[in-house]
Amino acid sequence: MSNVATTTTMPNSAHPEPTRRDMLYLATGAVAAVGAGALAWPFIAQMNPDASTLALSSTEVDIGAIPEGQIVTIKWRGKPVFIRHRTKKEIEEAVNVDVAKLPDPQPDSARVKKPEWLVVIGVCTHLGCIPLGHQGPYDGWFCPCHGSAYDTSGRIRQGPAPRNLVVPDYAFLTPTKIKVG
Amino acid sequence: MSGPSTYVPKNAAARWLEQRLPILGFAHDSFVAYPTPKNLNYWWTFGAILSFMLVAQIVTGVVLAMHYTANTNLAFNSVEHIMRDVNWGWMIRYLHANGASMFFLAVYIHIARGLYYGSYKAPREVLWILGVVIFLLMMATAFMGYVLPWGQMSFWGATVITNLFSAIPLVGDAITTWLWGGYSVDNPTLNRFFSLHYLLPFMIAAVVGLHVWALHVVGQNNPAGVDIKDVAKDSVPFTPHATMKDALGISVFLMLFAWFAFFVPNYLGHSDNYIEANPLVTPPHIVPEWYFLPFYAILRAIPSKLGGVIFMFGSIAVLFVLPWLDTSRVRSATYRPLYKIFFWLFILCVICLGWLGSQPPEGGAVLAARILTAYYFIHFLVIMPLLGLFETTKPVPASIADAVLAKQAGQAGAAH
Repeated sequence: MSNVATTTTMPNSAHPEPTRRDMLYLATGAVAAVGAGALAWPFIAQMNPDASTLALSSTEVDIGAIPEGQIVTIKWRGKPVFIRHRTKKEIEEAVNVDVAKLPDPQPDSARVKKPEWLVVIGVCTHLGCIPLGHQGPYDGWFCPCHGSAYDTSGRIRQGPAPRNLVVPDYAFLTPTKIKVG
Repeated sequence: MSGPSTYVPKNAAARWLEQRLPILGFAHDSFVAYPTPKNLNYWWTFGAILSFMLVAQIVTGVVLAMHYTANTNLAFNSVEHIMRDVNWGWMIRYLHANGASMFFLAVYIHIARGLYYGSYKAPREVLWILGVVIFLLMMATAFMGYVLPWGQMSFWGATVITNLFSAIPLVGDAITTWLWGGYSVDNPTLNRFFSLHYLLPFMIAAVVGLHVWALHVVGQNNPAGVDIKDVAKDSVPFTPHATMKDALGISVFLMLFAWFAFFVPNYLGHSDNYIEANPLVTPPHIVPEWYFLPFYAILRAIPSKLGGVIFMFGSIAVLFVLPWLDTSRVRSATYRPLYKIFFWLFILCVICLGWLGSQPPEGGAVLAARILTAYYFIHFLVIMPLLGLFETTKPVPASIADAVLAKQAGQAGAAH
């Protein structure tokens, strides 16, 4: 009974022409989606590091008092950072290595700004333990958890860790002061 | 279930309420008149035991939250304050900490029962999937709860587990920073874990509601694996039969719970968690709580960080598709002689993985964990689909009543 009415108002009932109402539905839906997204953003972003955490994201360290051969551990972003004042012997050990044979090949020169100072994040790249200094077969660090050994450049030499100890962003502010982060 | 309620209000007040909100009729139909298969054994009491444990964890947890402080400087001492100063605090904390272990013990038995009797098969797929969702929520809740005392295992467990997300390519580090609210596990992390640890149990309660709803739509599975055909012959009313059986199951389970909570309250914990968290010193051997050990073993068995994470999550994700991996038309292992063997091999595999998860990942332990991880996935992805095609099953009884009669006849025959 409605056939007549349909054929008169909708010439092509399989593909009806979009109406002004369809447009309004779409526009309303789009605005609602943008609104929901805009509201979700603060609730997700609040979980990212806050201003007080970001304020601590760099640390200045006076390295003048660190004697040759000593490793000092500082806390940066909640993690330990090793600052190692390397001896001549340790520097030679780090430089005189066939880089191509390393598990994570990296020359010593790419890991230090000044040869006598090595700065690395003290977190084993395996499962996050903290390696012990001046230990292990390569005289660098040794991780007691699963036996990863690092050399005097903080490079992985044996054990399960996949990568070298990470070198953080740092800069020499003066010859005896560095800024980590 | 469906159909008009058989509930008859006994007084004017009940009648008045029932006409406005039929909650009494709903409760009556669900927990009094509800027909339960008459052949249910004690493995079917674990649903009630789990409901009890959820309530117990919420009650003890809400009380502990009244005395706990979620701040890295105060958290560890506030837990000691609960142990020493708060009236009955030691008991409530031991009940909560051991309650988590008991909750997982019960859920593993509950899952194993589902696997043995084929409770995940049509038409119970949604019921099963909701159960896996509850299991995942339980794991998240337990993990975050373990971080709150802010001991060494809390801190380093949180560090290892949140670092798993850093294995995700490209966005991994950003996600990890977002989870931490900083650049390592620290005060913002502890605060949000406390908030979520309080929230998730109520989400579990909501999904348990859906789980029970789905159960009451499709009806309970049972040891025979055949559905109720004749309510009068095959079933008994939930109350008193299932109610009493559940009450006995809960009582016996409570004895075990009480033994742990009162006699060996620290047996299931790790002594390192009585040392305050120190971000600069790692314990020599990091292990999760016992109920995560099989999954931890799978994580460590894979020699790639991302691969390990994928396999660990995959070991639970595979449960979601189990209803479609099992091709057998017979539900219960009682009538599946080969599946019965493979079921127990699988249980043995998971227990061995759990033991390997507690060992340092060295030498033979690594190889064994790899073999068992492979077997874990082979069980689901190869054995389950093929078994349904090649296994010769025993004749399945026509009804629950027949199954019960056959069993009684067998016992009588054995006795004479």
